[in-house]
Amino acid sequence: MSFSEFLDMGGYALYVWSSYGLTAVVLIVNLAIPVLQRKKLLADIARRVRRVARI
Amino acid sequence: MIHFFHQMSSPRYFYDFAGRLVPWLVIACVLCLIPGLYLGLVEAPPDYQQGDSYRIIFIHVPAAWMSLFIYMVMAGSGAIGLIWRIKLAEVISIASAPIGASFTFLALATGSLWGKPMWGAWWVWDARLTSELLLLFLYLGVMSLYNAIEDRRTASRAAAILAIVGVVNIPIIHYSVEWWNTLHQGPTVTKLDKPSIHLSMLIPLLLMAAAFKLYYAFLVLMRARCEVLRREKNSRWVKDLVGQAS
Repeated sequence: MSFSEFLDMGGYALYVWSSYGLTAVVLIVNLAIPVLQRKKLLADIARRVRRVARI
Repeated sequence: MIHFFHQMSSPRYFYDFAGRLVPWLVIACVLCLIPGLYLGLVEAPPDYQQGDSYRIIFIHVPAAWMSLFIYMVMAGSGAIGLIWRIKLAEVISIASAPIGASFTFLALATGSLWGKPMWGAWWVWDARLTSELLLLFLYLGVMSLYNAIEDRRTASRAAAILAIVGVVNIPIIHYSVEWWNTLHQGPTVTKLDKPSIHLSMLIPLLLMAAAFKLYYAFLVLMRARCEVLRREKNSRWVKDLVGQAS
């Protein structure tokens, strides 16, 4: 099987690759959310702790 | 074992433990995902009726399984939180909701992308599809109910009750292809006798299912860690934690 045949998916390229592509996007976005959220939360808490310490 | 559960009731211990567990689950997930994708997309032969379009099965079916599994985890841990007032169960329950909603969305979307070339329609009001759509609305309902209530513990209780009521939908989804004569094909793997799917297709399917399950496992822990931080932001250990970091 050649690479172009693989990409063609027996004529169903549009459906197969958009399914896999969409899944990849959704799974990656889901992964990014808690990573970014934790960073932001820790930064917010650190800022608050410093503010309280000044007072 | 009792000792383990006792430790887990401490948010701080859970936060550390989950943080150490996540990388291992990520590795295990990748180890299932790569061979699963390779065997599913390259090695498995085309289907004699559906050609290569059936390869959508390797994400569609695991995503649909996850949509049901995560719902049961969400409702189950919601019930535990409701009955025994265990904070960690509340956290796991609410952390599961957006992941479950994502998998439900993927099951519907990939099903649609499969239905178009095979059935000739993006969507039909078939019993399986309709009950799965209802599942998506249940997830979204649980999430918006939780976010609508200020106090997190009250919000958890309300969301858990909605999740538990929605459990009625789970057997309806599972048996819909048997109870109603529908366009959606019947089960091929979870039959009591021999599954009517060839090994060369079953193995990548199970690998992808394992990869999705491991993905959920580490993602729910990551989300639960955030939720624990948010709930515990005024406690001593969280302040110490950010103190060490800065």
